[in-house]
Amino acid sequence: MNHSEMALRINDLNKIFPPDIEALKSVSLEIEKGDFFGLLGPNGAGKSTLIGIICGLVNKTRGEVKVHGIDLDTDPYLMRKQIGVVPQEFNFNIFETCFQIVSNQGGFYGMEKSPARERSKTLLSLLGLEDKMHTPSGQLSGGMKRRLMIARALVHGPKVLVLDEPTAGVDISLRRSMWDFMLKQNQEGLTIILTTHYLEEAESLCKKIAIIDEGNIIENGTTQSLLQKLKKETYVCYCEAFQPKEMTFPFDFRVINQKIIEVDLKESDILGDVLSTLSSSGIKVKRIKNKVNRLEELFVNLVEGSKTHD
Amino acid sequence: MIKTQWVGFLTIFKKETSRLFRIWTQTLLPSLITITLYFLIFGNFIGKQIKDMEGFSYINFIIPGLIMMAIIQNSYANVVGSVFGAKFQKSIEELLVSPLYPSTILVGYLSGGVLRGVLVGILITLISLFFAPLSIEKPFLVFGTMFLTAILFSLLGFINALYAKSFDDISIVPTFVLIPLTYLGGVFYSLSFLPPFWKNLSMINPILYIVNTFRFGFINYTDVPVFSAVIFLSVLIIVLWFTSLTLMKKGFGLRL
Repeated sequence: MNHSEMALRINDLNKIFPPDIEALKSVSLEIEKGDFFGLLGPNGAGKSTLIGIICGLVNKTRGEVKVHGIDLDTDPYLMRKQIGVVPQEFNFNIFETCFQIVSNQGGFYGMEKSPARERSKTLLSLLGLEDKMHTPSGQLSGGMKRRLMIARALVHGPKVLVLDEPTAGVDISLRRSMWDFMLKQNQEGLTIILTTHYLEEAESLCKKIAIIDEGNIIENGTTQSLLQKLKKETYVCYCEAFQPKEMTFPFDFRVINQKIIEVDLKESDILGDVLSTLSSSGIKVKRIKNKVNRLEELFVNLVEGSKTHD
Repeated sequence: MIKTQWVGFLTIFKKETSRLFRIWTQTLLPSLITITLYFLIFGNFIGKQIKDMEGFSYINFIIPGLIMMAIIQNSYANVVGSVFGAKFQKSIEELLVSPLYPSTILVGYLSGGVLRGVLVGILITLISLFFAPLSIEKPFLVFGTMFLTAILFSLLGFINALYAKSFDDISIVPTFVLIPLTYLGGVFYSLSFLPPFWKNLSMINPILYIVNTFRFGFINYTDVPVFSAVIFLSVLIIVLWFTSLTLMKKGFGLRL
């Protein structure tokens, strides 16, 4: 991949917090322009440190970071201009109104008063906060605060948007509307880097995913290619009532009750064959679903796998 | 990038100004009330019983020192309160992720401190007119000292805020350093009234030089050489400016 097509390029990034906590060991990562990139990892894996370094909130110990070809060491200020950041914790002045927070942020990025005000109004409206524009941010609900931080991050028209658990603590309907908003921004050309603990969020939004654990990237690829690495998936089959009896099938299964069977499928198993086998034994499957989110299953496998190797 | 820095500075200045007037009962009013009480008690009630000091009525002698005391306390309090408040709420991150240079952020916060210090200084000067006739012998020196002092103590407030980890840390310096140094800095008396030990000890108090330079601008009287005081003030500002900037660039107290 040509370097000019990279939104973010990280090479051998290391961070040691005093006295000797190595939060990042040697992280190398490339994210293409226009990507919707998921950065996953358990708590304390190094996600927020990595994002902190990219955004200017954490000093790196070693390594190279480039955003749209601009080097953090050469021109950190120009590099920051390319980025919008939605942090994990609320970090605005609770006495300022939503409008002040967003338009001031435009000012910090050099936007003149008039365009900053216009853009602030547009973004707050797009995110459903038009009637809260002049409300002090401290009076907003958790979901509104999250949306306010997204508006603030987008006010200067960044090329890369970094979202650090943007939907944490947000109810499902609001979360889905935020997903739609983020997908629309991505379709319009914005590169998005997302960290989240909701793995179904990463699976449905991200084109590519990296998994970080104990300061190292342990997996990195397209969402599809990662999911193909799943060795086993568990499906829950909802059936018409059947009489549980001694049954033998060429796949692992558990009868939960007279209407539910759980089936474990290996990579080589074909779902259609499983359904036919069940049907020929007189079990009519009405509906079927994954027991656990596929990415969640892969995530647990990989993270536990990396600990076993250690 | 120059335009970005300029607009960024104006935005911080606007934010600081808006904060100053939004909480005026905390930022402006307390000093006005306290210093008015000083004028009333030390200037009128007690001051009338006190002999002239170096040929000036007692109230005329203490007015410049009291104005300067308010400038010192207010410029310091504004910056330390604003920066530590932003650190505490994490809203300082809005600036840290932005393309603003450390010097722009620093000048932005200093401008707020200087504005509050000078504004309080001017308001107290106006209040003093109710207690004594005002004479300003050297207006340039008065305004120059006012600005330089406000800059100096804003810088000190900024450094204190970077080091502070709790609200206790931002009250230690004003309580245990600024107030004693100000009270012992010749606000209420002339050095010639002190015994030799206290006189010599006072000579290492930087606030003594500031108060006397300011007083010289008003009534043409000083206990210390004014030229060296102005140089001393300027050198201190330069040293603290570069200290603040270095701490900012390293992200001390701000970045992990």
